Amino acid sequence: MSSFRRNTLGLGAALAALAVAAPLVPRWALFLVVISLAKGLVALGLLLLMRTGLVSFGQGLYFATGAYAAGVAANTFHLGDGVILVLAGGLAAAAVAAVLGLLLARYRAIFFAMLSLAFSMILYGLLVKTSALGSTDGFNVAPKTVFGLSLSAATGPGRYGVYALAALCAFGTAVAVDRYLRSYLGRLAPAVRDNELRVEYMGASVRNVVHLNLIIAGALAGVGGAVTALAVGHVDPEMAYWTTSGEFVFVAILSGTASVAAPFAGALLLELLRSFAYEHAPNTWQLVMGSAMLAVILFLPDGLWSVFRRRRRAAA
Amino acid sequence: MSAILEAQGLTKTFGAVTAAANIGVSIEEDTVVGLIGGNGAGKTTFLNLVTGYLKPTAGTIRFCGRDITGMPPRRITRLGICRSFQIPQVFDSLTAYENLLVGLGIVVMGRKAFVGSHLGAGRPEQVADEMLARFHLAGYRDEPASVLPEGVRKLLDIAMALAVKPRILLLDEPTSGVSADEKFALMDLVLGAIRADKVTVLFVEHDMDIVRRYTERVLAFYDGKVIADGASAAVLSDPEVRRLVVGETAPEGGRRDAQG
Repeated sequence: MSSFRRNTLGLGAALAALAVAAPLVPRWALFLVVISLAKGLVALGLLLLMRTGLVSFGQGLYFATGAYAAGVAANTFHLGDGVILVLAGGLAAAAVAAVLGLLLARYRAIFFAMLSLAFSMILYGLLVKTSALGSTDGFNVAPKTVFGLSLSAATGPGRYGVYALAALCAFGTAVAVDRYLRSYLGRLAPAVRDNELRVEYMGASVRNVVHLNLIIAGALAGVGGAVTALAVGHVDPEMAYWTTSGEFVFVAILSGTASVAAPFAGALLLELLRSFAYEHAPNTWQLVMGSAMLAVILFLPDGLWSVFRRRRRAAA
Repeated sequence: MSAILEAQGLTKTFGAVTAAANIGVSIEEDTVVGLIGGNGAGKTTFLNLVTGYLKPTAGTIRFCGRDITGMPPRRITRLGICRSFQIPQVFDSLTAYENLLVGLGIVVMGRKAFVGSHLGAGRPEQVADEMLARFHLAGYRDEPASVLPEGVRKLLDIAMALAVKPRILLLDEPTSGVSADEKFALMDLVLGAIRADKVTVLFVEHDMDIVRRYTERVLAFYDGKVIADGASAAVLSDPEVRRLVVGETAPEGGRRDAQG
């Protein structure tokens, strides 16, 4: 069995587990899973960038773009269905990434990180000053249906609409990204990270490779933002703020780049950790989070997913 | 036979330094040509000009009759001029197999843009394994390039250049960093692998024994100029070349040459 098939089956099993778990767990846990999947989508985009040798401290830009695009599509254009709103969010963020990528694809290392941060803070500033979009308060987003099922009913399958949408988005993108990583095009990213000169001398455009990965990462962040907007029912400029972007980098480092499932697992762990830290140490929860990050960097420098890999190697 | 690569009046200056002065060279298709010269003679500058890494101050470069002056390395590679590097330029975190697959994949994706892509058909995965075998690298297939010995990295670097289907391959000091008793075996292997595809070869070399044995024609550079161009034996016995080029190369190569 090819490893792609094996991974797809594994992701399918995770999707099935999410479906089975839905009626069994309390609603707060469902919400937590949706938020984790949304953040996992953004971190999955960061995984692509990290493979290309880039760390973006500005993914909040695309996250907020996706969320606001979904919100505007719902409120202004009265597009009711969650599926369309998520698509709108992903497309809007991809379009922004395509334009900004013209400039960003020229930069590397700290310059890339700072420029991406600067762009996200510009969007934050614009959102705060735009009263039509609610300024600092943002605005409410109320999708009416998902897959044509009403979200307002207290009973019936519609209750799980956003949850199902998030799970399907995560599954679909994870399979697609897994496929992309194995394609000839996807293989160029680590080559660019290792030796740009040689990539050019083999007949490929380094800038196009970087640009493409920026667009995919932007689209994934946009989908994550749109899912968040639907789940929370509200968008605000904080989504573009640098601390939001920093949290995505946190998730990406926590997860590692070993598997497309890692960002989702990492995001879920982060959300669980934060929930419990917040409950049991309300005044020092940041301290708990920081210690967790420190432990991961010290003991699992390749991220949480490397635990599985080590075990497999030990068994082999 | 027709000229595959032609340079006319090729000049490159860096401020007051002239690295290439009015170089005129014409390389015939399906030949093996040596490029010799002391340090700073302009050999690598010539390769950098031909492959588009440097833009010439003056002059033109034609490939199969087509003007390629000023094109970026990416486009020139696609037309069929590839190079290997004196210091191996490989993808360190990828395995030997994956290193080749990068190049073979680029050719498959841009099939229309690669002039030489009719050479050697087959699935990239399959071709990668064939090439590893041809270069005696099969034993290193799944090792990351970063842990490979220098001689193996050198071979991999050359195999990577061949993977992108060149019609002419420029090798920058293929035997540098390789121990003296391994040089001939390495050149037998490399030229055997390359010439199987009828690829024209131009290689920079300091070891005159290697040059004499593997080339039919030699270009001698000195101070950015071509001082001799012709049949290998004639150029290598030319008094000016012996004084300016052979005498200045590594003592070992020079001494052995004098004995021979």
